[in-house]
Amino acid sequence: MDTKRQYEVVFIVDPTADEEVPKLTESFSQIITDQGGVVTKAETMGKRQLAYEILHHKDGTFVLLEVEGSGREIAELERRMRVNDRVLRYITVRVDEDRRRAEKLKARRARKAAKRPTQGSHARRGAPMEFADANSE
Amino acid sequence: MSTNYEDRQRGGGYDSDDDGDRRPMGGRGGGRRMHRRRVCRFCIDKVDLIDFKDVRLLQNYLPERGKILPRRISGNCATHQRMLAEAIKRARNIALLPYTTD
Repeated sequence: MDTKRQYEVVFIVDPTADEEVPKLTESFSQIITDQGGVVTKAETMGKRQLAYEILHHKDGTFVLLEVEGSGREIAELERRMRVNDRVLRYITVRVDEDRRRAEKLKARRARKAAKRPTQGSHARRGAPMEFADANSE
Repeated sequence: MSTNYEDRQRGGGYDSDDDGDRRPMGGRGGGRRMHRRRVCRFCIDKVDLIDFKDVRLLQNYLPERGKILPRRISGNCATHQRMLAEAIKRARNIALLPYTTD
């Protein structure tokens, strides 16, 4: 249970409050650290056009936070963002499980690649490529 | 090399360009149906994770209307289509991509 979870939090800041972006990011990071989490990355993705209007805003500043923690700090962060008028929208995605899965796949591929070369050249000699796989099964 | 949206879409999305190996299926169907070997681009590129912030990539799978391009057209494998759909939905949530366009 005590394994750290990783989250990606993206939130959109009201474009009219552009100069507040660093301050907001700072205060959100502070909330995370207060709750015992760690902010591994804080990045402003810049101002960009929204795909649809949110509260009559056509564009907004996107900020990405990568957070590591237990999940409790996320609850607090989300509560704060919900209340904050400057934050037009936010999304939190838990990424550690997907990342771990990707690592595993990568490792498996590396293992297979290490094993394959001899087998591959053998099959290619005879049958055309499409059938090579079916035969070796 | 310019990453024009139109160009990219043709590369990654619809495979309905007129050249290439089209052949009618089974003799019926008036020749409209064509068989073409479709491959999952993500499998070829060995993608393990599809990031919802990668708008450039995701846009290839959103035709004009803004709907997610079905697997039967894009040729994606089930695993990657699922990852892609998830990523697109997340991107829609934070207004990186549209729900609909008309």
